[in-house]
Amino acid sequence: MSSPAQPATHPAAHSAARTGGRDVAVVAFAQSSHTRRTDQLSEVELVMPVLHDVLKQTGLTANRIGFTCSGSSDYLAGRAFSFTMALDGVGAWPPISESHVEMDGAWALYEAWVKLQTGEADTALVYSYGKSSPGSVRDVLTRQLDPYTLAPLWPDSIALAALQAQALIDAGLTDERGLARTAVRSRRAATGNPHAQLRGSADVDELLRRPYEVEPLRRHDCPPISDGAAAVILAAGDTARALNANPAWIRGIDHRIEAHQPGVRDLTESPSTRLAASAAGAFDAPLDAAELHAPFTAQEIVLRRALDLDDRVPVNRSGGPLAANPVMAAGLIRIGEAAALIHRGEADRVLAHATSGPCLQQNLVAVLESARGTGGGTR
Amino acid sequence: MSKQPVAVVGVGQTKHVAARQDVSIAGLVREAAVRALADAELGWADIDAVVVGKAPDFFEGVMMPELYLAEALGAVGKPMLRVHTAGSVGGSTALVAANLVAAGVHGTVLTVAFEKQSESNAMWGLSLPVPFQQPLTAGAGGFFAPHVRAYMRRTGAPDAVGSMVAFKDRRNALKNPYAHLHEHDLTLERVQSSPMLWDPIRYSETCPSSDGACALVLTGERGAARTPRPPAWVHGGAMRSEPTIFAGKDYVSPQAGRDCAADVYRQAGVTDPRRQLDAVEMYVPFSWYEPMWLENLGFADQGEGWKLVEAGVTEMDGDLPVNPSGGVLSSNPIGASGMIRFAEAALQVRGLAGEHQIDGARRALGHAYGGGAQFFSMWLVGSDRPDR
Repeated sequence: MSSPAQPATHPAAHSAARTGGRDVAVVAFAQSSHTRRTDQLSEVELVMPVLHDVLKQTGLTANRIGFTCSGSSDYLAGRAFSFTMALDGVGAWPPISESHVEMDGAWALYEAWVKLQTGEADTALVYSYGKSSPGSVRDVLTRQLDPYTLAPLWPDSIALAALQAQALIDAGLTDERGLARTAVRSRRAATGNPHAQLRGSADVDELLRRPYEVEPLRRHDCPPISDGAAAVILAAGDTARALNANPAWIRGIDHRIEAHQPGVRDLTESPSTRLAASAAGAFDAPLDAAELHAPFTAQEIVLRRALDLDDRVPVNRSGGPLAANPVMAAGLIRIGEAAALIHRGEADRVLAHATSGPCLQQNLVAVLESARGTGGGTR
Repeated sequence: MSKQPVAVVGVGQTKHVAARQDVSIAGLVREAAVRALADAELGWADIDAVVVGKAPDFFEGVMMPELYLAEALGAVGKPMLRVHTAGSVGGSTALVAANLVAAGVHGTVLTVAFEKQSESNAMWGLSLPVPFQQPLTAGAGGFFAPHVRAYMRRTGAPDAVGSMVAFKDRRNALKNPYAHLHEHDLTLERVQSSPMLWDPIRYSETCPSSDGACALVLTGERGAARTPRPPAWVHGGAMRSEPTIFAGKDYVSPQAGRDCAADVYRQAGVTDPRRQLDAVEMYVPFSWYEPMWLENLGFADQGEGWKLVEAGVTEMDGDLPVNPSGGVLSSNPIGASGMIRFAEAALQVRGLAGEHQIDGARRALGHAYGGGAQFFSMWLVGSDRPDR
């Protein structure tokens, strides 16, 4: 496979382009119907239906999966080793080749993609889940900040996002009406998504009459609190073709991290997204759609600028994380939704993005293509 | 694309101690990373990606601490991954990093594993609260003691075997400047008369709780060709998992451990591990796990592991030295413990293990396990570049 050309106007990838040597595709995707709380469900019970769903879609069984990787957070679950119980849902017997990242499932997918690149496996099961309802996720997320200088101040996730939004407004890059338009567009798009938690929205004028949550953010600028799970199956080459008539080929995938301290970053920019997108080949050809993991309305503005996305590219046809935001799964769901557009024949080249950390600190970009996509000649 | 060979060209550790109150978490991990880079004679700019591993975030009270460690580990602008597979995580983290090189995705990768256990109380961190688990056990020892007892009943091993392992590992640790416990006055009798914690596991047969970090620099053939010191080549690596609890689970010799070892030996072309391996760094948090894993890893027939211990085979001067570094029984920063095993195996085949070097070691196994004896990660390293 050829390396993507790097246009001079885009940052060069740090090292080798992350396009892989082996064709790997998303062949199945499933997600839960995300809800505000799932008091009656354990994490295992949350994960089981989506695992069974992707296996059924492909006709695979657990013992025919070459590698399994999951993403979750002990802090959300409120207990150490929470992923060990979720493993029971996989049916890891006989023993399986398996790993886990304490990250969003999008990075579990990345680890699985790397595993398939080594040639040691031809199929991979990726899943992630997040149950935000047992605690106050807004407070829980403060525990992921620098424990010496930031966490003791308890700046919550909405307050940090508000700082970022205010920086954008101060820079003249958006205004509160612009943010509200993003909220309305996302939640109205979600009316077509049966898995979304918030479907439909009041109009912009009505939203702007409502009080601030943390100025300049109103409630509509913030994601819902969601419990949910998602699963994806990856497959390489002919295996992928045998499992899905329209595999969503991962044309490129890369991820980058920025400094942690919000004070040393320009919060209106996302250089890590741009670097990852460049390495993933996102700028090589036009996109049909994008699924962005922007939990807050203002963050979509930051990402659109980093990715050179104008209004011609539909963003978050699924409704995005503003319509359902199961923490730790929301990034994987973006990749799944992007793949689903290709599986359904509704798009040929889609960008998927996932984020982690405060104010978009860490970002992953994957470019998915159908066989007809710009790279299709080699498929 | 076929798998690319992977070489370990840098190893760094901190001096493991009960509490590193002089450094932050960032300072601790950076210390190990700087030492690994110095060993490889590389700088931060030579690193393409960083892979971090540690056990539960509750041990330090920081959720996803790798986010905050991005600057300290020189990862800004680079890919950074965070692995968590319970006690096996140090090994799994090294394998995830190795796969980035093997897949041709990156040229040179830094991987770091750590635990700063003095930030909390690991024993109670490992004792899950209601409603997640019935309050039947306290700490990992409470979970594993019945399985040790099952091993003793199953094999008829004499009571003294556990104390022999503990005494050996603590004495080996005296030759390792990075080991946490340096008990110069320890005797076998003192091990045997130390307080009973979780019957049959005594105080001196139990791992300590440590602050520590370990780092490795991994690279491919081109990087290995430039490296100033001998590299360790990865001849095989694998992970296996099975559920925590199920009817028919063999806690004494879990199938996942046997399968994982068999996969690694197959990759490395090893058919007789007892004869073909020169050293083993095995994850032994409670002394009795040495004979148990000797059987699980294929070094002894079922029921025979304790006989190797009794015969001195696993001593530093035996024909299968196990844990010349002093092992987990002498240093246990939990999240790093697996990577330390992998690192010590690499040091042996590089000939750089110092006072605890096994003369002429050319092939060594690094082993880690975690959870309810359900997560396994292993690698086999050699001084020769693997045949393709």
